[in-house]
Amino acid sequence: MNNKIVSSLREAIQLSGLKSGMTVSFHHHLRNGDFVLNMVMAEIARMGIRDLTVNASSLFDIHAPLLDHIKSHTVTRLLTDYMSGAIGKEISQGILETPVEFRTHGGRPSDIELGRIPIDVAFIAAPAADCMGNCSGKYGKSACGSLGYAYPDAENAKKVVVITDNLVPYPLQDWSIPETHVDYVVTVDAIGDPNGIVSGTTKITRDPVGLVMADLAAQVIRHSGLLRDGFSFQTGAGGASLAAAKFLKDIMLREKIHGSFGCGGITGYMVDMLNEGCFESLMDVQCFDLKAVESIRTNPRHQEISASHYASPSARSAVVNSLDVVILGATEVDTDFNVNVHTDSNGSIMGGSGGHSDTAAGAKLSMIIAPMFRARLPIVTDRVTCISTPGRDIDVLVTQGGIAVNPKDTELRQRLKDAGLPVVDIHDLKEKAERITGTPNKIALSDRVVANVIYRDGTLLDTIRGVNAK
Amino acid sequence: MRRSMLFIPGNTPNLLINGAYLGADALIFDLEDAVSPDEKDSARILVRNIMKYMDLRGCEVIVRINSIDTDYWKKDLDQIMTQKPDLIMLPKTGRAEDVLTADAYMSEVERRLGLAPNTVRLMPLIETALGVENAYAIASASPRVAAIFLGAEDLTADLRCKRTKGGNEIAYARSRMVSAARAAEVDVYDTPFTDVNDDEGIRVDAEYAKSLGFTGKASISPRHVGVINEVFSPSQKDIEYAYEVMDAIRQAHEQGRGAIALHGKMIDAPIVQRAKQTIAMAEEMGVGKAVHHE
Amino acid sequence: MEILQKAYAGTLESSDAYVEIEPGTQGIQLELNSVVSQQFGQSIRRLVEEVLTDLGVANAKLFIADRGALDCVIRARVETAVMRGKGE
Repeated sequence: MNNKIVSSLREAIQLSGLKSGMTVSFHHHLRNGDFVLNMVMAEIARMGIRDLTVNASSLFDIHAPLLDHIKSHTVTRLLTDYMSGAIGKEISQGILETPVEFRTHGGRPSDIELGRIPIDVAFIAAPAADCMGNCSGKYGKSACGSLGYAYPDAENAKKVVVITDNLVPYPLQDWSIPETHVDYVVTVDAIGDPNGIVSGTTKITRDPVGLVMADLAAQVIRHSGLLRDGFSFQTGAGGASLAAAKFLKDIMLREKIHGSFGCGGITGYMVDMLNEGCFESLMDVQCFDLKAVESIRTNPRHQEISASHYASPSARSAVVNSLDVVILGATEVDTDFNVNVHTDSNGSIMGGSGGHSDTAAGAKLSMIIAPMFRARLPIVTDRVTCISTPGRDIDVLVTQGGIAVNPKDTELRQRLKDAGLPVVDIHDLKEKAERITGTPNKIALSDRVVANVIYRDGTLLDTIRGVNAK
Repeated sequence: MRRSMLFIPGNTPNLLINGAYLGADALIFDLEDAVSPDEKDSARILVRNIMKYMDLRGCEVIVRINSIDTDYWKKDLDQIMTQKPDLIMLPKTGRAEDVLTADAYMSEVERRLGLAPNTVRLMPLIETALGVENAYAIASASPRVAAIFLGAEDLTADLRCKRTKGGNEIAYARSRMVSAARAAEVDVYDTPFTDVNDDEGIRVDAEYAKSLGFTGKASISPRHVGVINEVFSPSQKDIEYAYEVMDAIRQAHEQGRGAIALHGKMIDAPIVQRAKQTIAMAEEMGVGKAVHHE
Repeated sequence: MEILQKAYAGTLESSDAYVEIEPGTQGIQLELNSVVSQQFGQSIRRLVEEVLTDLGVANAKLFIADRGALDCVIRARVETAVMRGKGE
């Protein structure tokens, strides 16, 4: 065959041999700008293929048409690492009979590679590809930077379809996923909406409480004993986490600390830290903004890594195991430091682990930043609605009302106290918040399980029960 | 101790309920510029309820009421004084008479509420050329006046000049304010630095204000609070020296000596006064003893 | 104290509550729409009735859209709505 280009998406699906009852997979690098999942599922539905399992590394609001495919039984099983609120709300209301399987960004590639969740056809949205399927996320109008989460799909699916809106002459230079894995290439007008793929610039929060927490978080890192030459760090793209990264950068520059690497979903703030000498390299599984995309394209020290390399528990090693510090978020934390990032406080799904429990398990210091209360609901509870990350992997909770240290970390606790930081018992933090908000009544959930939370090692960590529809 | 004072808009619940966590020594709940005319009533009711029910964690409470040429200021005082704020900030104070007008009504409210006279103190906000020229008269107009405060935004408009980061245009006003306040023996506070994203600029500006003699500085951004606290706190060296001064005094008293020298320099009354202030501040910051015993 | 006219107070910002009040004849009729209704709905209802009783309002229709406001904020917004509703 001269090349792998097929004339239409439908032809690619036909050639792939996709049949009812099989599994299709998608990656989420185009985030809330992704057209590909919807385009493929619409075609599949039109072809009358039913009873499919969809394995998507994450789902965003733009994927809401998937809900219709669920209602029409085109899709009967859903595997994902993260699900935004619009999708999560209906899942919580019970539209899918089989419970959703939530994995982590490390658990997903691990389970794919171990054959626990085989993929029949992987559809890979590619911002640049050649006619043989070499592809990259770094180039083109829909550039998203890293394609890290697509690697395990490309490497393990029985058939791989690359979908691109930027076909380049063979061979694509600087490819990420090689042609050796690809069966078919389809060209379309647009694989996504650039505005939804990456943010122009990710900005640090202007919320005063967020800034106070970020400052405390940076102080915790500074006094943790881990902030020295060779330091490694990951943070999320949330406002307070970014502000913490900014304050940390100021400390590292002032104290001339040369770190080793930054990791994770990468923002412009991490790129600044690389360029200003805080790190030797960035290990990038996903880009969040234009600056990160530009950097991964042009700076060899900004490296793309696969989901397995990032976080797989069954890989011989993964980057998360070399992390010193990770900053993470939470919707709830309980007094045993268990963290919920899957549901809101009313029990409705609006998130997922992503790399939360992978990095928490790997990093030496796992820190949660969260306000004492959000819209009157205290963050600290007796028991989280859903355990996304077990408390044994969490070291510190930073709030504006003080820093709670997991009792297992006696040395860290002493270090922070010696540094004059406001260390508090997590039970006191709960009480303090409830004095302000009042004590919330327990929410009522239905008996039906709508999702299973599968820990990175493949074991069942918790179940998510449905909400009672209003 | 009042190094930093943070303005909080009076009709914004999210900021009011979190104000006490932002690190400022004092909170200024603003009923004036931050509140539109048709929300004046709701802001003063909200601020009163916040003061009554929220734990403000020891932050001093200042309420900026509306100026005495409006229909709002008496209603503001009627509501706010029930919660005994530490200070009332009186905007657009131009003359001693303005202070006396507010003072008289505050006395009336205090009587009505059964409060001791001068329970609630006054901090005139000087933000007009007239106010600057009358700074001493304003600062000394009533024992109720605890401090004066410079507002540079309105002042520069009144002076018909541009407000700049360097602040040359308010150099005279700043020095005049400090001199007037010290002459009247009240505290004096500097105007906010308004570029919330300029982390270096705020430090330069705060250090300059401190060098002129200001007691502290206001801020419109929580991001500036940390720097202001740092700049207006006594340094470790200052604190150690203050304890040395007090030790030298004690020894001299014990030995019945009159003239006291420390490091070859005579210790006079102003030095003792300053040492006492420094120690009081250090102890309030929780660092006094620690440093002393190191 | 009688509610004479329809009035509003508060906003739909997070941590605030928006309150509408209008004249009524059948005691306090409260429609509450709260983001924390499961956790605090009952206590918010009790609080609103308490505030209205303290202000001497026996008859009124209220609609409250609560965005996670603390009790002291709800108190303030209800009180403001009442003051505006009686024409002050």
